[in-house]
This record gives sequence, C-alpha cells and structure tokens, in this order.
Amino acid sequence: MIEFLKANWSDILSHIGQHVWLVFVSIAIAVAIALPLGILITRRKRLRSPVLAIANVMQTIPSLALFGFLIPLPFIGGIGPRTAIVALVFYALLPIIRNTVTGILGIDKSVREAAVAMGMTDAQVLLQVELPLAMSVILTGVRVAVVITIGVAIIAAEVGAGGLGEYIFRGLRLNDNRLLLAGAVPSALMALVADFGFGVIEKRFDTSAPHAGKRSLRLLVWVTAIVAVMTIGFVSWRGFHKRSSASPNHARVTVGSKDFTESILLAEIVAQMLEAQNVEVDRRFDLGGNLAHSAIVGAQIDLYPEYTGTAFTAILHHQPITDPKAVYNQVKSEYETQFNLWVSPPLGFDNTFAILVRGEDARRFNLKTISEAARYAPQWRAGFGHDFMNRQDGYPGFSRSYGLHFAGVSDMSLDLTYTALASRKVDMIAGNSTDGRIAALDLVQLEDDRHYFPPYEAVYVGRKAALSNNDLVLIMNKLAGAISTDEMRKLNYEVDGAKRDKKNVVHEWLVKKGFV
Amino acid sequence: MPRKNHTPLVEFRDVSYAVNGGRPIIDRLSLQVAQGETLVLLGESGCGKTTTLRLVNRLLAPSAGEVLVEGKATTEWDAIRLRRRTGYVIQEAGLFPHFTVAENVALVPSLEKWDDDRIANRVSELLSLVGLDPKIFSDRYPRELSGGQKQRVGVARALAADPPLLLMDEPFGALDPLTRASLQKEFAELKSRLEKTVIFVTHDVREALLLGSRIALMETGRIGSKSHKDF
Repeated sequence: MIEFLKANWSDILSHIGQHVWLVFVSIAIAVAIALPLGILITRRKRLRSPVLAIANVMQTIPSLALFGFLIPLPFIGGIGPRTAIVALVFYALLPIIRNTVTGILGIDKSVREAAVAMGMTDAQVLLQVELPLAMSVILTGVRVAVVITIGVAIIAAEVGAGGLGEYIFRGLRLNDNRLLLAGAVPSALMALVADFGFGVIEKRFDTSAPHAGKRSLRLLVWVTAIVAVMTIGFVSWRGFHKRSSASPNHARVTVGSKDFTESILLAEIVAQMLEAQNVEVDRRFDLGGNLAHSAIVGAQIDLYPEYTGTAFTAILHHQPITDPKAVYNQVKSEYETQFNLWVSPPLGFDNTFAILVRGEDARRFNLKTISEAARYAPQWRAGFGHDFMNRQDGYPGFSRSYGLHFAGVSDMSLDLTYTALASRKVDMIAGNSTDGRIAALDLVQLEDDRHYFPPYEAVYVGRKAALSNNDLVLIMNKLAGAISTDEMRKLNYEVDGAKRDKKNVVHEWLVKKGFV
Repeated sequence: MPRKNHTPLVEFRDVSYAVNGGRPIIDRLSLQVAQGETLVLLGESGCGKTTTLRLVNRLLAPSAGEVLVEGKATTEWDAIRLRRRTGYVIQEAGLFPHFTVAENVALVPSLEKWDDDRIANRVSELLSLVGLDPKIFSDRYPRELSGGQKQRVGVARALAADPPLLLMDEPFGALDPLTRASLQKEFAELKSRLEKTVIFVTHDVREALLLGSRIALMETGRIGSKSHKDF
C-alpha cells in the first residue's frame, strides 16, 4: 500500500484536483441558477410547486442513466467534463432551490412587513433583509449539494471527466483494492472536510436560535461518514488479506486489453504464448476508453495492444498525420520519454477506416481505389457510422479530400452499415479494415490512394520493467509483422461472425503459425 | 366641528378593499384625519382596522375609492417616498434580527443617505427619547432585548426620519399588563411633545381613551360611530 502511494502520489493528487474542480465548477453554476430561481419562486407562488417538482424529479434520475441520456445531446452532451458538470448541476439544484425558498419564506413575517413599510425597495428588502436572514439555511442547502456532488462526481469518470471515480472504476475492473481506496478515501475525506467547513461558515451567518432540523442533518452526515469509514476499513482489510496470501511472483505478467474483440484476441495471443513458456498470466481484459492506458501507466497491467493512430491522437494529442512510419516513430519515442513505456514493432496490419463497396460493384466497374470510385459517387448513397460522421479525420475531410458528392448520406449505427451495404440500401460505407464481415459479406476495401486516413497500426505497449522477462521479448519479436490484415479479419470473423470461443480461435491460429 | 387645518393629512373617500373579488374587508369607508390629531381605530379583531392602516402607506391599494395623503391619492404617490414619510409601528415590532439596535433605528435615515454623524446623533437622541440609554443599548441585538424594550426601539425606528404621520398597529398589544401601562403613559407624553399625526389601531377601550384625541369604532369594514374623546 505504501509503495503504491509512493508510486502514484502525484497522480492521486492530480485526480483529487480534477475532482475538486468538477465539484467547484458544478456548485458555482448550480448556485448561479438555483439562487435566483429560488428567489423567483418565493415571489411567484404559482411557479413554486412546478419548479420544486421538476428539481425533485431531476434528483431521482439515477446518475448513470442521466449521463447516458446526456451523451448524445448537442452542446451540453458528449464525452468529458462538460457533460459531467451538466449532470452534477442537475443534482445540486434541488437542495439549493429548496433551502433558498425555505430560508426566505421562513423569515418572520413582521420583519419583512417592517422592511417594506419602512420604504425599502424590493432590491433592498432582498439584499439587506431576506438574503442575510436566509443565508444560514441557504448555506445548509449548498452544503448538502456539495456533499452530494462530491459523491456523484465519482460517476463522472464514466463519461471521461476524470476525477477520483477513475480510480474506483479502474479498481473495480481490475479488481484492485488499492485503486478503489485511492478513489474512495480522498472523496470521503473531501465530503467530511466540506461538511465541516460549511458548518463553520453557516454558524457565522446564523442570526437566530439554532434550528431543530440542523441537528438531524449533522447526525445524518456523521452516520454516513462512519459507514463510509467502516466500509473503507473492511475493504482495505480484505485487500491486505488477499495481497498477503498471494506471494509476489516475478515471472507473472499481467496482460490487458481494450473492450472489443480484436484487442482481446491480440491480448489472448500474447497470454497463450506466455503460458506456453510456463509464465503465469493475469488477464485484465475489457478496459474501455483509455482505461487500458491509465492502467499501464499506473502499473496495474504490464502489456496491452494499442493502435499507433490512437496513441498519436487520443493519448499524445497530436493532429492526425498520414505517414505510418512517422507516426510509429514519434509514438515510440514519446511513449518512452513521457510514460517510460515500450512500443513493440508493428504486428503487420492496420485497423484504419476501410472504405467499402460491394464486391460485384468493384468487379463490374473495375474499382481498386477511392479515386476511381469518386465518379460513381453522385449515383450512390453512402452510409456512415456516427463516429465517422463526426470525428476530425472522418467524413468532412474525407469527402473534401476525394471530391466526393453522394446522392445521399445516411448517419447510422456503424454495425448497421455493413448489412445496409450488403442489402443494397447504401452503396459505400466506412468500416474497420479488419472487420470479419468484409470477407463474409463479399465486400471490397478500396485503396486510400490519397493517403487520407491516418495509420492505425497494431502494436503492443509494454512496461519497461516487464521487459526484463526474456520470454516476453522473444514473443514480441516473433509477432512483429506476423499478422496480416486478412488474417486479422478471419480471426475477428471466427469470433463475431461464427460466435466461436476466443481462446480456441487464438489457440488454433497459434498452432497453425507454429508459435506454440 | 372645529377644524384647525383646511386639508386633512389623511382622507379616505368611499374606500373599499377586497381580496380577488371576495367579501369586502373594508366597505365604502370614508374618514378624515386632521393634522396633529390622534385617531384611534377601535374594534374587534378581523374588523378591518389593520387593513385600513395598511391602505394609508400603500402596503395595500384600495379596490375602489381612494385614500389621500397630504391631498394626494396613495396610488399617485411613489410608494417608497410615501413609506419613508410615514412611521410604522407593529405589534411584533418587526426589528431586523441581524441589525443592532442602533442600526435598526438608523434604517430609514440610512436609506435616505444621511451622513454618518447626523445618523449617529439622531439615533442617540431617539433612544433617549424612548427611554433607552444609547450607551447601553446601541450595540445590542434585538434578541437581547425584552418585549417592552423591543417596542421602544420600534417606536424610535418609526420616528427616525421625523415623519409627519405615524401609523401604529396595536404596538403594545403583545406586552404584559405592567409594561403596557407604563409604555402607554410614556407614549401619551411623547405624543403631546412631538405634535405628530397618529393613526392608532387597538382593540383595548382603555388604551383608546388614554391615547386618542378622536376614536372611530370599526365594525366589519365600516366606521360605526366617531367621537371626540370627551363624548
């Protein structure tokens, strides 16, 4: 545990920073919305119950459902902190609105009447009398909102907003209690500190005798805190127990993968080759988004399959370029200097966007390249996945680069485009070059003769430390250039199309290649 | 009827008041208050006394008829101006709990942007006037005061900007009998010195007789009979 903290100290701090930032921004926005809204509905009685009802309903929406709902929305949706903040604001609104209303309406009627009768303007009544007197109740609302937001912000990691939730989700996926604790303990402490801090501020604003309701709130918060501490205690005890029973084995290699078939197959290939050398293997597959990358940087996995284009744009944040060699070299050197990670030689195939047409069309019109197909485009309909339609290196640049003008373009689910093409609903699609259905449905990939698409060469990314394992180095060398695009398509098809077991598919292939 | 002034300070002309077309709380009320007199509105609770008072400083606007203050209809007045020229004392005092006694008394003068020295002088003058030692009470908060002390501060606050008209809504109603009696007596003296026009609401006949130069009996939104004190 101590070692883990030493290794991840700055990373944990930066996640705490992200978490605090998410909470802070969300609460600031929520206060900016809820306070005026609360004041408004103390003035407009008819709006009061509908507004409170809506805020109430917002709070009952399960957070994951809310995030899921927000992702496809324009402007406020998408992936990243913005979506998370929108959701967090939703949750923070109710307590602040409710307490603003309660606080203001709870002011002694004679005080407000006196204020008006003394000739105070509406603004003076609000700013000099109502808000100061309601302040401690409003602050209680903000405090509840902050504590809720600190908790819900954990879920924000699911939409890529960062924060301590990243540790918790990574911990759950990897079944690693140290990671769970690295997320849970700081967020619990944060909630306690926020609660205590607001309690102190509230007291300063409290002009009347203590309210009865406050005591029960404080009790609730402390009970929650005690339960949280007990849970953490239990989890860490369990974690310690588990870890001490598993003696450290240096020959052990932890192989990770992303959450789609091809990545899992590539990870399984390495895993089985290691096992053939009697090396013990831990499989940590199905790491979605950039979880695999965070996991290897945090030393929770030793190795996982990656694509040079993904590393180049999504991880290193460069603009896409088209020269495969340049991309590979830059990824390799920057991974080494930035993350102390090693990048294997390319495996021999490229999983980029594949512009596909029906085989019969390709043969009839003798089409080999996208340029050749461009003159048929005005009579064709195209069907593209949402991702391709929207991403930087997708449709807009692609059509411009080849001067393509279609009779129509449909924005549809990527999965559906294959069947839409085969069943003549559309005439050109953009699939993945290694998709098993290309062969199965008799589709033809047109050559990207203008080199528009950035390269997505498959490689393995490994921790330097893990390479002290000689077997692993040997295996990496064996696999260099060993998998062609055609072979990868077939492997994918065996699993996705023929629904066969991944381990068996990999084993057969390894035997056929003579790798085991 | 002897009249000192030509225009009454406050005049109700056929005033009715009802909430959203319901039964009228004030029903075709006509009444005049001359400068310098103390009119006591006497009646059971619920007869419309407080509503009558609130129509004067435009906390309410009449549904029919008009209320004139200094010869001008309240609806023509800038409500804020009118209220700052009208002292108002209510039963619960309505002191601001987050203001000190001095700040409470200084409320209207500071809204009127008097300079600080003038306000400070006025505050201690008024606190002395209502029988509170400024040195002791200025920095206290309302929660540290007794009921009688609160009401004294309430009176001082109403007088702060030296308004010609004072509206008092059962100001001594919530006090214990002893405190009430002494405050009533003090206020009777204070009133004769200040020469204010006062409209005073009460349901206490003895209080009405003690303080009023004229008494109007109110019954369900109308004036039953008016009379000089010496009827």
